[in-house]
Amino acid sequence: MTSVPSKLYSDDVSLVVVLLDTNPFFWTASSSLSFSQFLSHVLAFVNSILLLNQLNQVVVIASGYNTCDYIYDSSSDASQLGSEDGRMPSLYSNLLQKLEEFMIKDEKLGKEQSQRAIKSSLLSGALSMALCYIQRVFRSGPLHPQPRILCLQGSPDGPEQYVAVMNSIFSAQRSMVPIDSCYVGAHNSAFLQQASYITAGVYVKPQHLDGLFQYLTTVFATDLHSRSFIQLPRPAGVDFRASCFCHKTTIDMGYICSVCLSIFCNHHKKCSTCGSVFGQAQSDTSSTSDLKRKAPET
Amino acid sequence: MASGQVSKRVKFKSSVKDPGTPGRLFLTLERLMFKPNSPNSATKLNMEFRFVKNHKYTKEGSNKAPMLNLTSSQGVSYIFEFESYDDLHVCKECVGKALSKTGETPKPIDTSEVPSEQPSTEELLLRMNMLRENSELQNLHKRFVSDGILTEAEFWATRKKLLGGNFSKKSKQRTGLKSFTNKVTFTLTPEIVREVFAEKPAVHRAYLDLVPKKMSERDFWSKYCRAEYLQHAKNANAAAAAAAEAAEDEELALFLKPDDILASETRRKIRCVDPTLNMEADEGDDYTHLPDHGIVRDGSKEITESQHELYIRTLSQELNRHAAVVLQGTPIDEEQLKDTQTVAEALKQSKQGQNASNEETDMNANQDRLSRISKMMEIDDLQASSDLPLAPLSIKDPRDYFDSQQATALKNSRDTSIGTDPVKRILSAEESYASLRDSISHIKTTGLVDPIITPEVAVKVLSVLTHNISSTNYDTGKNHGLTVLDTLPNTIKEELLYHWTSLQELLKHYWSSYPITTTYLYTKVSRLKDAMSKIDSQLQELKESVQSDLRHQVTLLLRPMQQTRPFVQALEAAMQHYDAELQKRSARSGDRSNGYT
Repeated sequence: MTSVPSKLYSDDVSLVVVLLDTNPFFWTASSSLSFSQFLSHVLAFVNSILLLNQLNQVVVIASGYNTCDYIYDSSSDASQLGSEDGRMPSLYSNLLQKLEEFMIKDEKLGKEQSQRAIKSSLLSGALSMALCYIQRVFRSGPLHPQPRILCLQGSPDGPEQYVAVMNSIFSAQRSMVPIDSCYVGAHNSAFLQQASYITAGVYVKPQHLDGLFQYLTTVFATDLHSRSFIQLPRPAGVDFRASCFCHKTTIDMGYICSVCLSIFCNHHKKCSTCGSVFGQAQSDTSSTSDLKRKAPET
Repeated sequence: MASGQVSKRVKFKSSVKDPGTPGRLFLTLERLMFKPNSPNSATKLNMEFRFVKNHKYTKEGSNKAPMLNLTSSQGVSYIFEFESYDDLHVCKECVGKALSKTGETPKPIDTSEVPSEQPSTEELLLRMNMLRENSELQNLHKRFVSDGILTEAEFWATRKKLLGGNFSKKSKQRTGLKSFTNKVTFTLTPEIVREVFAEKPAVHRAYLDLVPKKMSERDFWSKYCRAEYLQHAKNANAAAAAAAEAAEDEELALFLKPDDILASETRRKIRCVDPTLNMEADEGDDYTHLPDHGIVRDGSKEITESQHELYIRTLSQELNRHAAVVLQGTPIDEEQLKDTQTVAEALKQSKQGQNASNEETDMNANQDRLSRISKMMEIDDLQASSDLPLAPLSIKDPRDYFDSQQATALKNSRDTSIGTDPVKRILSAEESYASLRDSISHIKTTGLVDPIITPEVAVKVLSVLTHNISSTNYDTGKNHGLTVLDTLPNTIKEELLYHWTSLQELLKHYWSSYPITTTYLYTKVSRLKDAMSKIDSQLQELKESVQSDLRHQVTLLLRPMQQTRPFVQALEAAMQHYDAELQKRSARSGDRSNGYT
C-alpha cells in the first residue's frame, strides 16, 4: 500500500481480499476436496490475479475455528522479487509458512476454549478484518485499487455469528465493496448467499470441486470494471422468506413484534422473545399504545 | 479613431465554418459597412448600429482566429475575421462605443414590431435540418402543417428539445447580456464597505493603515476590486495571474493573500472546540472515496492541488465567513453609514471592545479546557453505577433460535454424509489440526498439484457455467417474442404504425391545449378532433380492406384494452373528454345567457 502511492490507478486495478476457510473440522470431514487440493487451486488463483495486472493486490485472511489472521499481503511481500527456493515461488512458500504458524496458533487457542456445537469457522471476524483493511486502503488517498472480498468457505454457517455477519455485510454494502463467495461445502450457505446478494457480488457453489480453479478464474478473476460487461452466473433466487420463531416454519406473511422484531406465524398475546404484551390486533387505537409497552411484569 | 471612422481588412462570414469573403470593414459611430474586395461579390453590408443587438468576440490567447460576431435584432449574426488581434481590439472598442451610444438613445420603434414568435433564420435552418434527417417527422409535418391542422409554431412548440440545446442556450445568453461595454463595474456603498470590512478584517486594517496617508480612497478601492476580480476568475490560469500580479504589487498582494487576522481568529476558535472531538478520526468517514461525491462548483470538481493554492479562495470559505459575520450581527447605526472613513472608524472601535473581551476569555479558556477534559474523559468503568429506575428488557438468548435452526440442517447433512465417510467423522480436534498441518507440509514438499486442473474438467466446468448463463438468458428473453404486429404483412404494418405516430402527435397537441381558456385553443381542439376522427375512419377502412384471416388480428390490435396498441382507447378517451367539455361549455353559456336575460 505504501509502495505505490505515485502510480496512477485505473478502474481495472483490483484489491482482492481472499477469506480462506481453514476450519480443521470441516476439512477433515470433507471427502470431495482435500485441503491440499483446495490450497493448490487457491494459490494458483491468487497468483493469476497478481499476474493479471501488475498493480493488482491480494490479501489473504485465514478464518480458522478459534481465530483469524492476515496470512498474506502482496503489497508488503518484500521477497516477491527474491529467488525461488527450489520448487515453488516465494509467494507460495511465504503464504504456506504463515498458514502453518496460524494453524498452530489456532490450535493453541482452541485448547483454552470450549467447543461450539456447530463447527463453523470465524467468518464474521474474517469479514471484519477484510473490511478494516479496505477502509484503510480507502483512506490512503484518492488513488486506490478497487476492492472486493472473496469468501472461500466450506464450513457451515455459525448461527451465533449471525448478527456480526449481517453487520459486516451491511457495512460492505455501505462502502460499496462486493462480497463474492465460492462455497465448497455440502449445503448452500445462507450467510454467503445473502452477503453476495446484498453487496451485488457473485455467489457460486461449484458442482465439480476438482475444477475449482476453473470456477475461480472464470467467475472471480475479472476486475469490477470489466464485470459490468460480462455475464456472470446469477443465482436463480435467494430465499429471503423468514422463519417464524414459534414453529420454525417458513412463512410468507406473519406477525412481527414491534419491540424486538421477532417473527410469528400467528397472533400471540405476548412476545415469546422479549415479553412485550400486545394489544388486540383488530382495534387500531388500542394496539398502537399497547405495542409500545415493552416492560414486562417481572 | 480620431475622425470616428475605423477601417480594417476583414473576412466576412455568415457562419463560423464559412470560409468568408475578403473585404474591408468600415466602422463609424452610427453605422457599419462591409465592402468586398472583388466587385463581383454580392456580399455587401451596410447597416446602422442601432440594429445591432449584441456583440461577441474571440478572446486573445485562445487558439481561434480573431473574430467579431455582431448579432442583429432580427437574430442574424454577422461574423468578421480579422488579420490580427490588434485589429480586433481597435474595432472592438469602436463597436463598444457605438453600441453604448445607441443604447442611450431611445430604442428605434421598428425593433418592437418584430413579433417575438418569429423564428430566427438559425432556428429555421435547424428545423429544416431536422425535417431532412428525420423522415418520420417530415411525414408528420407534411400531413398536419400542410393540411392546416396544426400551425408551424404549434408543431415546433412541442419539439423545442429536439431543436437542440445550442439554440436555446444562445437565446438565453442574449437576454443575459445587458451591458454593451467591456468594462466590469463594481459598486461600493458605505453599506457594502461596512460588509467588506466586517468580513475581511485584513482589508479593514489595510484601509486604516493606508488611507489617506499612502494612497487615495479611490486608489485603494480600485485595487481592492482588481483583487476581487482576479479572485473570481476561477481557473488555474487566473490563479497564476493573481500570483504574478501579487508579486509585483505589494498592496494588491494584501488583498489576495489569505486573511491573517481571520486565520488567527480561527485558530483561537479551534482552541475552544470540545477537546474530546477528534476531527481527524472522522476525516475518512464519508463517501468521498466513491465516485460522484464531493463539492461540485460550476459543474467541475474543485481541484486544490494547484501550486498557487495560496491565491484560491473556495466558495465554502466565503460562505462560512459571510455566515459568521451575519450571525455575529452588530447593530448598524445610520450615522455610521455616511462615508467609508466613518464606517472604518466605527468598526475599529467595536472591534477593540471585542478584542479586550477576547483576551480575557483567552485567559480563562485554558483553565476551562483543562477542567473540561477531565470532566469529559470520565471512564465509565470507574464511575459509580447510576441507579435510574429502569425496567429490565427480557430478551431471550437469540442463539436458541439459530441453534435449533442449524441443528435440523446439521442433522440432514449428517444423514447424507455419514454413510460415505464414517472414518473421518470421529477425528478429534488434535487430529484434525494435525492432518491439516500435514497437508500444508505436503504442498510445501511436493509443490502444487500438477496440472492444477485437467483439460477435461476445465471444459466441463466451463460448459456448465456457460450453460447456466445462457439458460437464464433464454428464460428472460422468452417474453420478447413476436408481437401481433410482426405477424401482419409489411404494408399493413407500416400503415398502422404511421397512423399510430400521427395519432400520438395529435393527441399530444390535443391534451396540451387543455384546459381551454381562449377561443384560439377552442378552435385548435376542434380542429384536432376532426383530424382524429378522420384517422379513426381511416382505421376502420383499413380494417375492412384486409383479408378476413388478418382482420381478426387487426381488430384485436385496434380494440381497446389490447396491451400492444390501445389505438381506439386513446382516441375514445379524447373524444369523450371533448364531448363532456362541449356539454359543460354549452351548459355554462346557457346559464350565463339565462342569468343575463
